[in-house]
Amino acid sequence: MSDNPRTLHDDMRRVRYLGSARSGTTRAWHMRLTSLALVPLTIGFVWLLLALAGRPYAEVYGVLSRPLPSILMLLVVLAGIYHMQLGMRAIIEDYVHGTQPRDWALAANLFFCVAVGMACVYSVLRLSFV
Amino acid sequence: MAEAPRHGAAVRHQRPLSPHLQIYRPMLTMMMSILHRITGMALYAGTLLLAWFLIAAAAGPRAFGVASGFMGSWFGLLILFGFSWALFHHLLGGIRHFIWDAGYGMDHPAREYLAQATLAGGLGLTLVVWILAFVIR
Repeated sequence: MSDNPRTLHDDMRRVRYLGSARSGTTRAWHMRLTSLALVPLTIGFVWLLLALAGRPYAEVYGVLSRPLPSILMLLVVLAGIYHMQLGMRAIIEDYVHGTQPRDWALAANLFFCVAVGMACVYSVLRLSFV
Repeated sequence: MAEAPRHGAAVRHQRPLSPHLQIYRPMLTMMMSILHRITGMALYAGTLLLAWFLIAAAAGPRAFGVASGFMGSWFGLLILFGFSWALFHHLLGGIRHFIWDAGYGMDHPAREYLAQATLAGGLGLTLVVWILAFVIR
């Protein structure tokens, strides 16, 4: 029985259908982690783009093929893409009703994020290694 | 509630719905909550622009010329301006959520001040960065 003296429900009765007791907060927690990472990363990202704004190709190439700007860009993309995948997932789960439309929307969200993330990562790496 | 919700075939009849957005008087904190999602979705779409920029830089001078030509046009600059505002607004909104996660700023005057600070800070940072962008060039 429950430790709560005011109810006759046992613990299982109290928690059944209320969500997972193990991985239920994983996405909420990962949202916090990526948010925290993205605070300094966003500042660095804006600073980097300011340095690139309006510059000719050779200069942009020169900056983006250096290690630190590349690593910064990779971290921004990886944290940002994962963060926005989680965010759009939450929006879809809130507003898209019906199992089938929701599953398609979630799939489209995942595919979009993976494709954009992969394109960005490939391009950043190519700028350094080709 | 005497009974825990049952997720079976038995519950089929119409239940009363809780009032939704159109019932409430618009408030700043509520608008900011909506705006946080809207800026998030805008940034989501905006990653296409970042991907285009990076792919073009990796592809070579010709592709880069096309991309930077678009981003330097008045329409491109307008989109980039909106993107940068969404980025700063969403960033400050996220910090506001961290303040709430820590348990502060949820009582009446504080949450209004936080909302106002997020709004003003997002616009202010955007202006500062664009002034910097044109000064540096």
